[in-house]
Amino acid sequence: MKHAEIILTPEQQSMRREELRADILRPLQKISFLGKLWIAFLVVIILIGGYAYIQQLKHGLIVTGLRDYATWGIYISNFVFFVAISLVGALISSVLRLTNFTWYRPLTRIAEIIAVAGVVWAGLIIIIDMGRPDRILNLFLHPRIQSPILWDVVVISTYLTTSVLLLYLPLLPGIAICRDRLTDKPKWQRWMYKFLALGWTGTPDQWKIMKKSITILCVVIIPLAISIHTVTSWLFATTLRPGWDSTNFGPYFVAGAFLAGTGCVIIGMYVFRKVYSLEKYLTDAHFGYMAKLLVFLAFVYAYFNINEYFIPYYKMRGPEARLLTDLFSGQFAGLYWSAQILGMALPAVLLMFKSMRKPLPVTLIAIPVVVFAWVKRYLIVTPILLHPYLPIQNAPASWMNYFPSWIEIEIVAASLAGVLLIITLFSRFFPIISIWETLENEGIELDELDELNNTKNEKA
Amino acid sequence: MEKEDDKSDRRKFLKLGALAGGVVLLGSAIGKAVSLDSTKETGEKVKVLTADGKLMEVDGCNMKHPAAVKLTNQEMRKGIEGKKFVMVIDLAKCANARKCVEGCQKMHHKQAPTEWIKVKRMQDAESLTPYWMPQPCFHCDNPPCTKVCPVDATFKREDGLVMIDNERCIGCRFCMAACPYNSRSFNWSEPIIPQGMEAAEYSIEKSFPAKIGTVEKCDFCPDMAREGKLPDCVTACPNGTIFYGDQNEDTVTNGDQTFRLKELLTNRSGYRYLEELGTEPRVYYLPPVNRDFPFENDTIVHNTEDYKII
Ligand code: SF4
Repeated sequence: MKHAEIILTPEQQSMRREELRADILRPLQKISFLGKLWIAFLVVIILIGGYAYIQQLKHGLIVTGLRDYATWGIYISNFVFFVAISLVGALISSVLRLTNFTWYRPLTRIAEIIAVAGVVWAGLIIIIDMGRPDRILNLFLHPRIQSPILWDVVVISTYLTTSVLLLYLPLLPGIAICRDRLTDKPKWQRWMYKFLALGWTGTPDQWKIMKKSITILCVVIIPLAISIHTVTSWLFATTLRPGWDSTNFGPYFVAGAFLAGTGCVIIGMYVFRKVYSLEKYLTDAHFGYMAKLLVFLAFVYAYFNINEYFIPYYKMRGPEARLLTDLFSGQFAGLYWSAQILGMALPAVLLMFKSMRKPLPVTLIAIPVVVFAWVKRYLIVTPILLHPYLPIQNAPASWMNYFPSWIEIEIVAASLAGVLLIITLFSRFFPIISIWETLENEGIELDELDELNNTKNEKA
Repeated sequence: MEKEDDKSDRRKFLKLGALAGGVVLLGSAIGKAVSLDSTKETGEKVKVLTADGKLMEVDGCNMKHPAAVKLTNQEMRKGIEGKKFVMVIDLAKCANARKCVEGCQKMHHKQAPTEWIKVKRMQDAESLTPYWMPQPCFHCDNPPCTKVCPVDATFKREDGLVMIDNERCIGCRFCMAACPYNSRSFNWSEPIIPQGMEAAEYSIEKSFPAKIGTVEKCDFCPDMAREGKLPDCVTACPNGTIFYGDQNEDTVTNGDQTFRLKELLTNRSGYRYLEELGTEPRVYYLPPVNRDFPFENDTIVHNTEDYKII
């Protein structure tokens, strides 16, 4: 739905352009004390995590809470979580781009940077989980194509490349504006803008190539985004373990990823709107749309959850029955029901009320959606490993249960901080709202932008 | 329970048996091994199984053992030609002595709590009497673990064994997640290597020396088979529960008794654990009928010490 067709005079148009550029470049001008504190905080968490990882490298995975039965724990749940949040960024923005849902345009970049940050850290955390990260090259020296891990390596790296491109290409005009406007920045930063702008001047040809490439990327990224999450679900579904041995796993994971990712985008929108005073661009209407989307996705996810848990529960087949009992009423019941109710059912119900679809309540509701999305990933990984076919006997108490060690917690915290740091730094150096897409959305012609740049360049 | 003198008798017998087992395993043609025109008699009598399944005694000098050739790890990926190793575990004989566990740990220089062979208390239904079930790696013919390995570090050999190359494993533990029987263990910390063996060269067939951050498991002791010996879990069991052998030769032995595999499985209704998973295990079980021992619950919980955490 396009904005009302008000024809603006050229003067009005150029005024609006100026205003928009100023608004969006403002956060890049100066970092407040709080902003710096936030970055410092993230860096400290990452450093602690780095120290923890050095300990793990030195002593082996013994420093984790993992043992022979629960051999995968919060590293892997975290990996699945990151893959989940990275799916939505690119997928939603490409689908909405292709289908001309223009209201979404100011959100695309937020969604895309979440995607890139998520997938970068998904790749890192999986290396952290490896017993022998020093042998990572074996994946290329002795690859075995029938292993889902290899499929994951292929899809994740392709997806990373594509989503970086999808972030970067539409950013070119923005970088060019930074290059031309932010002339008081340190030399390296100006150099970076100059380098990254790839000589963008905004000629009609450049616009044409860029838009065409974006369309191609948008098409390519849809199957890719779906596959990274499906392949990740196959890491579990290709085994014979009760609880993972499910044909429902692919769509179940994809549906969950949509929900988690949408929650992340909502939180991101709220924070950027507040911190960078972008109320004019990330409007209440946007929160309203996203809230409706969240309701819809929660229902889709609930549908897959019913298939995943309640149909087996109806049958109560031997080994699966033990797992389900443990999830529904045993040691994992607290987490399980919180995840299902606070992370899915309640948000859907609450957001059906119009009064809840305001920025603050939507965001407050999105927070448990994201938090319990993480918990849900944990519930998908570890309880299943603790309910094998053969009973666990004659093993140390620490093998029969899993509780993450401090090292694991620190490393996972560092990875979460890492995602936030990528997003924060990106938004400190680049416009977090796509200027030209917002302008286009408002029916303002783009060519003018180039003229401005061209004249500037000529002067230079 | 077994009497003391019975036991010592059995020990002696075991020694012979172990050799006999070796002959069964290696005697690709037993007739050849027992060529009677040979040279000096040693006086040492060895029991061997003839091609038609009869036990006979021959002099030790008639035994042919292949010269110990040093194999590269690449060659060890192929397997021993002409063999198809199998195991039969007689649940009627197991009394939870746990000697197989200890024997295996000793032989492979493993410390508790790592157990490559486990003994589980199984009870199929509340109304049924429990039984003890020794559980090694099943060396499945359709192994879920090797399929998922991204670097071919765990693989299936021609002789039926599922092996691990600890010098290639990247420690992703996908195979551990994929194994429905939890047969695999992980070297969570730097493995303890016995003194004087630190310099040992790594061998896939010995699964030794262990490497930190890699997966390991019961390997069916092909290195022992090459030397004509039985795995330690077989010889350490005081009750002769575990039978080891070659499917191609249709024989299995616990070092004491030797059987035709097919006959044994038919007569005793052999089965494989969780057949419905389709993993095609190479380990068969004989149901716990006509038990040698009444079931006695274990009063001690074994193996409760975790690794020493640094
Ligand atoms: S842990 Fe080692 S053997 Fe197992 S799948 Fe991974 S690389 Fe292969």
